[in-house]
Amino acid sequence: MWTMWKAASPNNFNPAAVPGLMRMPKSRGGCPATLMKKIQRLEMEGISKSFHGIHANKEINLSVGSGEILGLLGENGAGKTTLMNILYGLYQPDAGQIKINGRPVRITNPMESILFGIGMVHQHFMLIQNHSVIENIALGYKDTPFFFPKIKIREKVASFSRQFNFTIDLNKKIWQLSAGEQQRVEIIKALLNGADLLILDEPTSVLTPKEIEELIIILRQMKADGHCVIFISHKLDEIMNICDRVVVLQKGSIVGSADTDQTDKKTLARMMVGRDVVFNISKEKLTKGQQILRADQIHVTGDMGLPAVKGVSFDLYENEIFGIAGVAGNGQRELAEAITGIRRIDSGKVTINGKDITNLSPRHIYDHGVSHVPEERIRFGIAPGLLLYDNAILKQHHLKKFSRRYFLKYNDVKTHTQGIVDDFKVLTHSIDNQIRNLSGGNIQKLILGREISEQPRLLVASHPTYGLDVGATEFLRHHLLKLRKQGSAVLLFSEDLEEIFELCDRIAVIFAGEFMGIFDSDDERLCEIGLMMAGSKRI
Amino acid sequence: MIRLSYTDRYQITRLRTLVTNIFSLAAGLVVISIIFLIAGVNPLFAISEIFQGSFGSMYGFKETITKAIPLILIGAGLTLAFRAKFWNIGAEGQMLMGAIFSTWTGLTFGDALPGFAIIPLMFAAGFLGGALWGIIPAILKIRYAINEVISTLMLNYICAHILTMLIVGPWRGATRFGFPGTDNLPDAAILSVIPGSRIHYITLILALACAAILTLAIYKTRFGYEARVVGENPDAGKYAGINFFKTTLILMAVSGGLAGLAGVGEVAGIHHYLGYPASVSSGYGFTAIIVAWLAKLNPLYTVISGIFFAGILVGGDAIQISLGLPAATVEIVNGTLLIFLIMGDYFLHNKITVSFSRT
Amino acid sequence: MEEIIISTLQRAMVAGTPLLLATTGEIICERSGILNLGVEGVMALGAVTAFIVTMTTGSPWLGVLAALAAGMVISVIHAFTSVTLQANQVVSGLALTMLGLGLAGMVGKPYVGKPLTIKMEDITIPVLSDIPYIGKALFSQSPFFFMAVGLALVSWFFLQRTRLGIQIRSTGENPKATETQGVNVFLIRYMSVIIGGGFSALAGAHLSISYSKSWIEGMTAGRGWIAIALTIFALWNPGRAIWAAFLFGGIFVAQYLMQPLGISPNFLAMLPYIATLLILVLISLKDPRKLNAPAMLAAPYKRGER
Repeated sequence: MWTMWKAASPNNFNPAAVPGLMRMPKSRGGCPATLMKKIQRLEMEGISKSFHGIHANKEINLSVGSGEILGLLGENGAGKTTLMNILYGLYQPDAGQIKINGRPVRITNPMESILFGIGMVHQHFMLIQNHSVIENIALGYKDTPFFFPKIKIREKVASFSRQFNFTIDLNKKIWQLSAGEQQRVEIIKALLNGADLLILDEPTSVLTPKEIEELIIILRQMKADGHCVIFISHKLDEIMNICDRVVVLQKGSIVGSADTDQTDKKTLARMMVGRDVVFNISKEKLTKGQQILRADQIHVTGDMGLPAVKGVSFDLYENEIFGIAGVAGNGQRELAEAITGIRRIDSGKVTINGKDITNLSPRHIYDHGVSHVPEERIRFGIAPGLLLYDNAILKQHHLKKFSRRYFLKYNDVKTHTQGIVDDFKVLTHSIDNQIRNLSGGNIQKLILGREISEQPRLLVASHPTYGLDVGATEFLRHHLLKLRKQGSAVLLFSEDLEEIFELCDRIAVIFAGEFMGIFDSDDERLCEIGLMMAGSKRI
Repeated sequence: MIRLSYTDRYQITRLRTLVTNIFSLAAGLVVISIIFLIAGVNPLFAISEIFQGSFGSMYGFKETITKAIPLILIGAGLTLAFRAKFWNIGAEGQMLMGAIFSTWTGLTFGDALPGFAIIPLMFAAGFLGGALWGIIPAILKIRYAINEVISTLMLNYICAHILTMLIVGPWRGATRFGFPGTDNLPDAAILSVIPGSRIHYITLILALACAAILTLAIYKTRFGYEARVVGENPDAGKYAGINFFKTTLILMAVSGGLAGLAGVGEVAGIHHYLGYPASVSSGYGFTAIIVAWLAKLNPLYTVISGIFFAGILVGGDAIQISLGLPAATVEIVNGTLLIFLIMGDYFLHNKITVSFSRT
Repeated sequence: MEEIIISTLQRAMVAGTPLLLATTGEIICERSGILNLGVEGVMALGAVTAFIVTMTTGSPWLGVLAALAAGMVISVIHAFTSVTLQANQVVSGLALTMLGLGLAGMVGKPYVGKPLTIKMEDITIPVLSDIPYIGKALFSQSPFFFMAVGLALVSWFFLQRTRLGIQIRSTGENPKATETQGVNVFLIRYMSVIIGGGFSALAGAHLSISYSKSWIEGMTAGRGWIAIALTIFALWNPGRAIWAAFLFGGIFVAQYLMQPLGISPNFLAMLPYIATLLILVLISLKDPRKLNAPAMLAAPYKRGER
């Protein structure tokens, strides 16, 4: 039993099996940061890693040097994060080695990588939401004293903030901070630990345009100071703008690399996807039909008990996609949940086809023809331990189609599920599989299939393409347009402006629970959408 | 150097489940043997004695079936609650409440009504009692977010004290010569048994029927589907428009109600009067937790696992007498087997590979 | 009158002592994200171990040490199933309770009902114990009382003011994030479960060698479960646990105070359990954010999950 436990613990690696390998000494005193010089060059050679027999990384070679920002470009699921988690010591590679300044090193857990001078800012911040900033920094700092840790951290951060011009309230709880501030805490944590190499995993996905600019300034400063930076993204513009060199990953392998000043977006895009990408989906001109949804002066309270949506009004017609643009956390989730019946509406009125649906139960609202792709898909959209076909009828199980009195018609359910799996190309070896065994992208496809397949009058879709690869994204956008053509209305919440502009007929910009304006998609005033999203302009 | 690594196992076949369970039980028995050895008892003798006592003789087997009745009833009810992730640890109290309600019914109407009327009435009353006692923690959980493990346990203690209060107080029977306990139930209110045994077959049939109906309910009906969704992910249940309040209430009413039925069986089939809590139930409510777990939360399988653990109860009694072991021995056996069953689940869901490498 | 107040207070402190020990242990355990429902069983095992060792060696302190060791050893089982095997913590804890109660009953059978003649001397703090009313209750008590209060205060200090405390609390809030900070969450959780088990066993030791000076089966009488409820009532804060435990000690004592009023003793015996439900109702009226429950309590954590 004891050996079992060891196997499951982080260090199930036997150093003696690899001769001549530099092994980090166990004691804190002889940490590699003092043993080794600053990271001048880091190389990964022949790195392979597979999960359940599927290659996440295959024979990967890359190197990054001091004063360089290396872009790691690839679709979701291309293996970028896995590769960086290997570098950070979270996973062990099946083959290959890592060299720092030409010497092979073995990184078996995050603490070792921190001591080697590697810092990582994860896409989903590794912060303890209920703890204060200072406690979070104390947790990650390598030299935190055992007793009264906060005193020393406070001093450290104070001197550090002066150097980098950061201001941050150390006593605030993480959940009280904006996404940009949380990211800054992560960067402070890495730099305080003396990181020479900073890995940023999709750092811009949660930031406002202004915050992105601030981040770029920090990165440029780090570059000037001689740090190495690895910048992971699937957004071409950012990579071209920020990085010196770019390496493109596709399905776990490197398919190309280039200096950014000697390449262009189109070439990179082709490398990333493996074929030409159509950047513009052609949208037919349609005349809008009858009114489907009318929302009148809606007020909704958020999780923290504060008003999240403050008096929002809009309407939505047949053959129309209505987009709501905005930075995450400005009331989009609450608005979507209020319309679909998950959250209470404090005041105001919502009608579908003229019928009042305010504060009806989610099932009644569904019966009025409203489908919902929720933002937190794993939290709301599925029952993880149940089978695929159980999940494929969530919300629809009471329909005549699937149930007769008290009993469910499982044969029909299975046929229906197989249909979704085929149509939406959900990768699974069987519909008898527990849905928790599927990857995030495939779960998402199943949910989308479920919500779209019943021809809703209104589809409320929150970030429907978030986390999907390019192929699936394209497929999905076509589906939304198809719904529009068939006479449904779509209410699309998205942070991806490109998506909003491509798909929507009308666009509303939301900030702090209020609409900053509603525009037709060809309205010229939309060039100021960035300002509106940041709340500094209202039309 | 031996290296172990583990990966998830996706497809879990019935055969693998069965084999893993058998191995887990066997491993548990090995550890129990060691405990016996330390206690100075020959483990081979003790274990063979347990199974001899329960399955080895006609008398033992009849006793085993007798004790399996409450275990199947309660265990089947628990599978439903556990599937919805409602950790009902209060079956003991729900069973006692069922006993209290049915005793009252039997004593009040038993003389006036014929058997075919009074017995269904008593079962209905017992179900009602158990259901009421099961609904309380459900309400506490839904309305006040109170952890059901704690509330059901507290209700066990409370119910045991209520029962004691009744039998030493207002309900103390005139025929008991001052000892605590009610009078015997009238003859019409007593369940008939298979001759030569204590098997009150009406309850047995009821138990088997309940297990079958519940299996159907969990896997084939809308209610079962809703209960499973709510158990897996309450937020998804909300999103799907499933009424959490209603679902939880119904399933706890059923779970508690079945425990109540078991209480009726014990009073009307075995004891024929209401005595101290410890005599009404010898920990069936707790043993049934293991029964449900061994059945992999499938009510139908509780028939098998219920008989198995009834065997251990009966065998445990046997070795108490023949080897002079304390009553707590059964609890050690139960606890150890449950621990090994949980451990077995790990090997069911994870594939362990052992590789040897030379250093 | 003064006599009654003093003796009531004193007995409330005595009755609250095991609750405080077990609650503190459970708080540490739950702060690391592991729910341990085995308290009742570990407590019983601690009680019997302490009793037997004290009786055979004549030294109550050896008894206390033996109980501590027994509690820690049996808790390893729960740590193994819930941390290493990521098993269901509710069921694992129940199994631990069954096993603990069973072992205690088996080992303790020959000792049932035997009185313990060896006494643990009360500790009296000179000046303070002369304070009217509360002096005797607070400053002239069994060593267990001081141990319980001391351990609660030390635990509070460790959880709030040390690096290890931050690591333990972070593990309970978000094990994944904690692990990426280079913390061995497996080790932290094992440690917390084992320490928590040790504390529960100390609570049992108090019952058998100080409180009732005898051993009978079932003497824990649900105190382990009440401790789990008190963990919630104390908002997972050992400091608050102190007064929560002694408040409950008072409720235990109230049973005896009210007996002369002619209320059924069986009804009075229900009081602690009813009170437990009532405090849980009260606490639920609080804003959940302020409740401060460890976010990942009882959720199995699997390393390297994508």
